[in-house]
Amino acid sequence: MARKITIEPVTRIEGHGKVTIRLDDSGRVVQSRFHIVEFRGFERFVQGRPYWEMPVLVERLCGICPVSHHLAAAKAADVIVGVGPDGLTPTAEKMRRLMHYGQMFQSHALHFFHLASPDLLFGADADPAIRNVIGVALKHKDLAVQGVLMRKFGQEIILATAGKKIHGTGAIPGGINKNLSLEERDSFLKAPDPMNVDKMIGWAQGAVDFFKDFHQKNKDLIDGFAAFPSNHLSLVRKDGGLDFYHGVLRAVDADGKKILNDVDYRNYLDYVGEEVKSWSYMKFPYLRSLGKTDGWYRVGPLARLNTSDFIPTPLAQKEFEVYKAYTKGKPNNMTLHSHWARLIELLHSGEVIKELLLDPDLQGEALLKKGRKAHEGVGLVEAPRGTLFHHYRINGDDQVTMANLIVSTTNNNEPMNRAVHWVAKNILEKKPEITEGMLNRVEIAIRAYDPCLSCATHALGKMPLEVELYDSRGRLLDCKKK
Amino acid sequence: MNKIKFTIDGKECFAEPGQTIMEAAKANGVYIPALCRYEGLKPAGSCRVCTVRVGRGHMAACTQPVAEGMVVENIVPDLEDMRKSLIEMLFVEGNHLCPTCQKSGNCELQALAYRYQMLVPRFPYQFPVRQVEPVGPHLLLEQNRCIQCLRCVRGVKTTDGKAVFGSVKRSGKKKIAFDRDLAAGLSADAAKKAMDQCPVGALLKKEIGFMVPIGKRKFDQKPIGSEFEDKRS
Ligand code: SF4
Repeated sequence: MARKITIEPVTRIEGHGKVTIRLDDSGRVVQSRFHIVEFRGFERFVQGRPYWEMPVLVERLCGICPVSHHLAAAKAADVIVGVGPDGLTPTAEKMRRLMHYGQMFQSHALHFFHLASPDLLFGADADPAIRNVIGVALKHKDLAVQGVLMRKFGQEIILATAGKKIHGTGAIPGGINKNLSLEERDSFLKAPDPMNVDKMIGWAQGAVDFFKDFHQKNKDLIDGFAAFPSNHLSLVRKDGGLDFYHGVLRAVDADGKKILNDVDYRNYLDYVGEEVKSWSYMKFPYLRSLGKTDGWYRVGPLARLNTSDFIPTPLAQKEFEVYKAYTKGKPNNMTLHSHWARLIELLHSGEVIKELLLDPDLQGEALLKKGRKAHEGVGLVEAPRGTLFHHYRINGDDQVTMANLIVSTTNNNEPMNRAVHWVAKNILEKKPEITEGMLNRVEIAIRAYDPCLSCATHALGKMPLEVELYDSRGRLLDCKKK
Repeated sequence: MNKIKFTIDGKECFAEPGQTIMEAAKANGVYIPALCRYEGLKPAGSCRVCTVRVGRGHMAACTQPVAEGMVVENIVPDLEDMRKSLIEMLFVEGNHLCPTCQKSGNCELQALAYRYQMLVPRFPYQFPVRQVEPVGPHLLLEQNRCIQCLRCVRGVKTTDGKAVFGSVKRSGKKKIAFDRDLAAGLSADAAKKAMDQCPVGALLKKEIGFMVPIGKRKFDQKPIGSEFEDKRS
């Protein structure tokens, strides 16, 4: 009898998602879908609001990486006030960068130490009672403590630049509303261990080493699990270096061929389309040049390290070389290598934070600029989870008339579906029963993309997991809960 | 010297003849919570937050002249609770979303809500449907946040003294309106002044939102009323 398996909600991802897998009468996978059940409607309700509210309003989309929305909206607003995207004062641009890399640091630390490490440390078949952050804290106290403190360090950076740890107001159209005082700077540079930037960089390096060691011992899992070829898209610096705050749009295919060659992101509509599917609230973006079927792409740490030519800080560049050598310089298409890439980015963020803290421009007084008003603005950043697009149009009274947001998780919509499909095909198919471990593997595949779904809910540790089986006529056959 | 002698919450105070309770309280270093009152504008007595009790009568301190021997009750539990409920009603009557409002930290309604530790209003939210309206080239009127204190009606004038704002309709439909032609002539400075006069985030000078960082805003360091209450203690 044909069956439909529903896994809901997917635990330990930021937010709330649901997976359904349909099996036919012989137990073969006929369809798998990753549904996004939330519908937040931000694009509609920002209409009529003054444009300078966007950085503060739209960041409310997410309690996990609000800084990304804050900055993407601010960059779009920079264009509207006639200074974007390259015209900010050095103090403004560097303060924003510090805010952004602080966020990247805290978000990547949270993801690896608290959300991903339980699966790696304990395995997908482990007792769920220990396969969570509490389990990490009990068995690997140092890791858990480092995770907490690295997150805290990043949040303190956000506080010093945005005014609040979550949902700050620092970036304003055309600049920033504060600089960094010397006391603030020294609280990051010179604080006693461990809350200083050098210790943070050391811990980040330790996390990369931890992963490499784990990889050596678990090659089958890390290399084989949910690996599939794809295109990759991200911003890169104009010289091809990794950059999370600003750059040009680049995409490569699974073999490394450039399919978007460093284009101005303000013209993103010429290159990126969005497909709507009846079964998901979330749109499916694709590269127009390749069409709806083949144009889907991955974003996030894995994609960024595939598009970038180098990383502009020494320790991360060294790790980048090791990472690239593993795939002989070719794009890396292995889903669980996202964790490796994420940790290299964590290390890079720590290094950039230090560089910025040592830069006297952060104490500059020129915070704002203004130019010739435009009535449309596009702003992109590389959020922790990948490329984030904000696009606004305003009327003559400064009110928003149109907003289009493509969030990282939307960009990764098709890849997450592919990852779920991989698990369905390779692990669930033709098995007599669905075990807890199998279901966990579905989650692990999704979690590698660090999706941020709702996003204000913050699901840590154990959440109830519900499995529903349907026959081909949609009748509920079985329901399992944990 | 013909000073009038009276008391507020037992404290002996002196007033000039003709002074209102509010003016005299200020002169004597006593804080009476208020919302529609604005220094330099004729009192309107519209918000009733400054309601005090004299004997068995309740009156708006901003409009009531002091009389010899008055015994005024101000910071007492039942009046404070009444003030809190007024603040709550104002919150539910409009759409006040402090987290994304540029007046946050400088808003008197929010500051009073903090003073009264308002967590959840005891009245149901009305969720009215209201618009943002451009007022001339430099101002926006955010009707969602207007509490109809009438400060703008009293205070925003053209250079030749004409009132730009007025209130129209009655009761639940009452709202602030403005003369388009007069509004078109408001300068950027006048717009800034109008924004500063508005106690909430309803009048917004364009393009200056969020320029003051968190921590440096008016009520970030000093809660509302503390300029008097600190001195008193
Ligand atoms: S716009 Fe502001 S000042 Fe005018 S009545 Fe409304 S709240 Fe009062």
